[in-house]
Amino acid sequence: MAVVPTREDKVSIPQLLVHDRDDNVGVVVVENLTAGTEMLCVVTADNSDFRLTAKADIPIGHKVALKPLKAGDTVIKYGEDIGKMVGDAAVGGHVHTQNCKTKRW
Amino acid sequence: MALDFSTATVKAWRRENGRVGVRNHVLILPVDDISNAACEAVANNVKGTLAIPHAYGRLQFGEDLELHFRTIIGTGANPNVAAVVVIGIEPEWTKVIVDGIAKTGKPVTGFSIEQKGDFETIRQASWTAKDYVHWATELHKEDCPISDLWVSTKCGESDTTTGLSSCPTVGNMYDKLLPQGIYGCFGETSEITGAEHICETRAANPEAAEKFKTIWKSYQDDVIEQFKTSDLSDSQPTKGNILGGLTTIEEKALGNLEKIGRTSTYIDAIGPAETPDKGPGLYFMDSSSAAAECVTLMAAGGYVIHTFPTGQGNVVGNPIVPVIKISGNPRTLRTMSEHIDVDVTGVLTREMTIDQAGDALIEMIVRTANGRLTAAEALGHREFSMTKLYRSA
Repeated sequence: MAVVPTREDKVSIPQLLVHDRDDNVGVVVVENLTAGTEMLCVVTADNSDFRLTAKADIPIGHKVALKPLKAGDTVIKYGEDIGKMVGDAAVGGHVHTQNCKTKRW
Repeated sequence: MALDFSTATVKAWRRENGRVGVRNHVLILPVDDISNAACEAVANNVKGTLAIPHAYGRLQFGEDLELHFRTIIGTGANPNVAAVVVIGIEPEWTKVIVDGIAKTGKPVTGFSIEQKGDFETIRQASWTAKDYVHWATELHKEDCPISDLWVSTKCGESDTTTGLSSCPTVGNMYDKLLPQGIYGCFGETSEITGAEHICETRAANPEAAEKFKTIWKSYQDDVIEQFKTSDLSDSQPTKGNILGGLTTIEEKALGNLEKIGRTSTYIDAIGPAETPDKGPGLYFMDSSSAAAECVTLMAAGGYVIHTFPTGQGNVVGNPIVPVIKISGNPRTLRTMSEHIDVDVTGVLTREMTIDQAGDALIEMIVRTANGRLTAAEALGHREFSMTKLYRSA
């Protein structure tokens, strides 16, 4: 039978990765993340870390707001402009097509 | 400590023109769509050959026809191909293809169907194909420096994990191998949108930057402005990209550009399926962001190995070029690992550095060049897709 890693085994594995210190969103990098999880977040540019509580069940690969974001705000990832908010997201909330849109087309 | 690749060699075929191939195909190449059946019949008659059926080649004109010829000739001329049988409906355009491939010095013979019919064409072409197979299978591999490899890249079914793991893995490979003297290639014109200002700064010289800008802007003006829809009808980003968490083209483009690493710069920006002619280094190729089309164009440009980061799990392959898949998405590795050659999920768990991931990819490039079949080859993925610029006559 496969050995299922315990929570303790995974304690140093981050749930959220952030490219750049200036970013206002991060990326969930684990499956089955549930609302209320206190995530270990790592900034890949300098390996610094912080904690953040997920406000929703957020699928792997999807983005989480690191700051309160309002409609019209620019979303920053890789330290660059990746589009604009068309709805609001609280800190720890899900940022995706329902509240974020390209500025291009 | 970083590995030293300067003395690394691979066992591969050195062709008549000095280029190095890592596969030894005998191709049965149709000039046009209506010659596919004859080509497939020859490939069925003669084992060890490969027919590449495709959808175009009739009533094309101007730049679109030039691209068609360049793609077909480039495919036959690729060093992964030992010899070529060309079949077209009539002799004139068949000769254009044969003459183009013959410049490499490799064996190539053309056959045309009109005034013979499929049966007689297939009979004649099968004899030649059989001779080529006997000849090609006795060619010996030799030790070739890793610097003789031409390695292209394009990502597909990208998600946010590609920008974090598999794309920077390719970038790390280029940062290490381009200084050794390999040829590199990236492209995906539409998918640079949102990162075009960064791409411009990665040119090695003002001419390359200017050429890139002209190519990118002409795509924006001629295609996007004429036909654009919201999010390009879920084609940029794609439905798969969106499921994987990518929201906008800018976000996708920034992840895409991670493939050219930290220190690499491109020395020229070239047209689709064009062969680079400014010596070793990295090239930007004007190309579709659709996987099969892009890999087909880069293979026609002369690249012999393709590195393909994927997040959600693109399954593409190519008939003549091994496509090495790299993924860092643990769900993709869990659900469809048969398609992945290099697992970089450790980058997301912080158990593997990008430097280690880059070394793992280089090791896989060497193993692939030495003969290991990629996942796409083992699974029979041979997607050959021509890029068409406008409606035929």
